[in-house]
Amino acid sequence: MAEFTLPANSRYTSVPGRAYPAPAGASNVTTFRIYRFDPDTPANPRIDSYGIDLDHCGPMVLDALLKIKNEVDATLTFRRSCREGICGSCAMNIDGLNTLACTKAIAEVKGDVRIFPLPHLPVVKDLVPDLTEFYAQYAAVKPWLQTRTPAPPDRERLQSKEDQEQVDRPSSCILCACCSTSCPSYWWNSDRFLGPAALLAAYRWIVDSRDEATGERLDQLDDSFRLYRCHTIMNCTEACPKDLNPARAIAEIKKLLLERQH
Amino acid sequence: MSLRTPLGRVLGLGTSSGVHHWWAQRLTALALAPLGAWFVVSLLTLPDLGYAAVRGWLAAPRNAVPMLLLVPVVAYHSWLGVAVVLEDYVHGRVTKTVALLVVQFLHLLVATAALLAVLKLALGSGA
Repeated sequence: MAEFTLPANSRYTSVPGRAYPAPAGASNVTTFRIYRFDPDTPANPRIDSYGIDLDHCGPMVLDALLKIKNEVDATLTFRRSCREGICGSCAMNIDGLNTLACTKAIAEVKGDVRIFPLPHLPVVKDLVPDLTEFYAQYAAVKPWLQTRTPAPPDRERLQSKEDQEQVDRPSSCILCACCSTSCPSYWWNSDRFLGPAALLAAYRWIVDSRDEATGERLDQLDDSFRLYRCHTIMNCTEACPKDLNPARAIAEIKKLLLERQH
Repeated sequence: MSLRTPLGRVLGLGTSSGVHHWWAQRLTALALAPLGAWFVVSLLTLPDLGYAAVRGWLAAPRNAVPMLLLVPVVAYHSWLGVAVVLEDYVHGRVTKTVALLVVQFLHLLVATAALLAVLKLALGSGA
């Protein structure tokens, strides 16, 4: 059966978390409750709380995480790079929603800020999930231009303005995995369902006017698991920190598959 | 433990079928909208739900024909839907295959029995 509960050694309620109160005299304190898992000890994961004085912290959740790592607890582990929503590294579950820590304002969260790694992935350490399968699924849709016609010798392959607009939005996906890991269908069948991120990438190449492998791409997706595990739940679109619409891309792929039958 | 690559695993799990199942589910849903509405309205407007009243109602071809359409369409639609639920949540290879087969056979059994009942009443040999 699909796993609806965490395995016993993954539950985080059995181990009391450590508390790091805010420095004395701080007036504008918010508590960050953060999932901690250390693969080097046999202990279960736990939730640690950090009191942060927001008068001495940047406005985003990532600012608080960096402050904790720099000033309070250097063992806290998470991925980050660009701190401006373009690299996709700091995707995590904040206040119950998958999003990027660098573009999520602390002020948007009411009460304590609860931070977990992206759901339903193996955890490497703390807020770092294992994305190996996610990347393999991206590679499986061959996210690159496939052609037989040689490129013109003297210039690029041209696109009309309308053709370019087709790929403009979907190609701004940053592969942060917020969408795929928010999808219940992906939770239950992540081995066989490609997930919204990989399907959005597939769609981006299907509608690319320069690509000549549209038929093969659709053949690969005409599959009751790779594509049709999508039941239009739309958590993907809800979660996307770049305001893209993977649910719509998937619906368009289903439409293309149907249209070519008739 | 296998050293097969993650990409090899993802590419090796295709089913090579999808759009037919998906389209059949939507087509049957479309057909069920008028058929289902007709069925509910018909039952509600019957004077009573006793054997004689229902038998008289089904004896008329204008009721027997939609009823003969409704039964297989409902059964097919339900089978497709239940199969999707099983594929979503049941993961053991043997358990899943057995569950899918049992569901398929049950739907066939119920649909055949229902069709026979309608035919017997419609053709007037019911007793």
